[in-house]
Amino acid sequence: MSRILKIVILSLFITSSSMADSDGQNELSKKTNGQVKDCFEGINRAVFSFNEGLDDLLIEPIAKGYRSLPAPIRSGTSNVLTNLSSLITIPNNVLQGQVKTAGVNTGRFIINTTVGIFGLFDVAQAMGFPEYEKEDYGQTLGVWGVGSGCYLVLPVLGPSTIRDTAGSFINVMGGDPYYNVSTHGNNEFLDKSDYMLTKVLTGVDFRAKNIESFENLEKNSMDFYAAVKSLYLQDRKRKIANTKPSATIEILYEGDADWEEIETQ
Amino acid sequence: MYKKKSFFFFLLIFINSIYINNSFAIDPYSFVQETADRASEALNKRQSKEEKMEILKTIANETVDIRGIGFYSLGKHRKNMSDEKKEEYLEIFSKYFLKTFSSRLAEYTDPRIRVDSQKKLSDKYTMVSSTLLATEDKPELKIDWRVVTKDPDNPLIIDVVIEGVSLAKVQKEEFNSIIQSNDGDINVLFNNLNKFVEKE
Repeated sequence: MSRILKIVILSLFITSSSMADSDGQNELSKKTNGQVKDCFEGINRAVFSFNEGLDDLLIEPIAKGYRSLPAPIRSGTSNVLTNLSSLITIPNNVLQGQVKTAGVNTGRFIINTTVGIFGLFDVAQAMGFPEYEKEDYGQTLGVWGVGSGCYLVLPVLGPSTIRDTAGSFINVMGGDPYYNVSTHGNNEFLDKSDYMLTKVLTGVDFRAKNIESFENLEKNSMDFYAAVKSLYLQDRKRKIANTKPSATIEILYEGDADWEEIETQ
Repeated sequence: MYKKKSFFFFLLIFINSIYINNSFAIDPYSFVQETADRASEALNKRQSKEEKMEILKTIANETVDIRGIGFYSLGKHRKNMSDEKKEEYLEIFSKYFLKTFSSRLAEYTDPRIRVDSQKKLSDKYTMVSSTLLATEDKPELKIDWRVVTKDPDNPLIIDVVIEGVSLAKVQKEEFNSIIQSNDGDINVLFNNLNKFVEKE
């Protein structure tokens, strides 16, 4: 029953996402000027304030504590988490048609899990493997032409869009092999709490790596909410565009005529 | 014979003028490397944060198109502004920009930037790609610089793109959000900018 409910929610998300900003026509592959609507701005700002409070009270202190751990422990933890993320990246590489990259990432995962002791050491990088780029189902939906839909701020999890939230649902619907093994694998080595622990650690690791950047951005912003939203949406756009090499700059300034109109110098 | 002599005379002047033009034009690639080195040198000095910020402000005044960034950040709202209002805005924006720019950079110690390549977007703009080299605590970062080359003798930076995120665009969306959430009243933005500049 819960599986059916998840599928219904996911379908609603994807449908509303692809229809967002349209007058009801299917806009799956139509180009927009890249603007993402903030349809729920009032609620989003309230959730953002809640997240900021939670961050001050709990997440930032934990991240600072984590930062005080010896560097080898932090880098080892980060490597294990990155290695686990390959399990989501590889199927997404395939879904985006990047078969060669999927092969490289599979090789990286096998080497790091075995020789690198469950991913503690990034042996593949030392062997000269190309730089690792994470992929997720939200990105794949974007590559397939699904519009981002409205901007969302999720409690605890932070900025997202309808499409990216739908992408996250796919992880727990069978899209993440690590989730499947730990939650439904019925084995004596892993259970649901291990999966939850890795998700919490991923959040803490990310926050710990960005303590100064966040402080700096907050201190130098007049509207922190708008600054975070812009950062998130630009970053997602770049990640989706990265499927086409060297497209970043063109994608970044797409539809922005302001550069040509301003009087400079 | 006379015709031939005149032809060579004008040809010589033409070649010379090309040589003179090129000798004064500054290559965006070298300009960015030089600017990054200047900032890095300032941040390496054993000085207080306030002293570093003052040097960074001087560098920004010489190398950044503050007027261009200011107008870009206003987006569509600048079209409804009078010339007087625009001048008033540029005065506050310049102070705001120099404060945020120097404050953001002053947090770094010993940043090392390697300029990798450049790509001409149009006659007006060139993108210069660089890498902020990794340190023990921080990973490597890709930084692209949008350089205005309308006046080739005096290139200026108009945007910095960090890992695909344009800082000018973040600022533009922040300003737009402030104006829109106050029913399009641009004076609210002016007040916020003033408050920010005066804040300790």
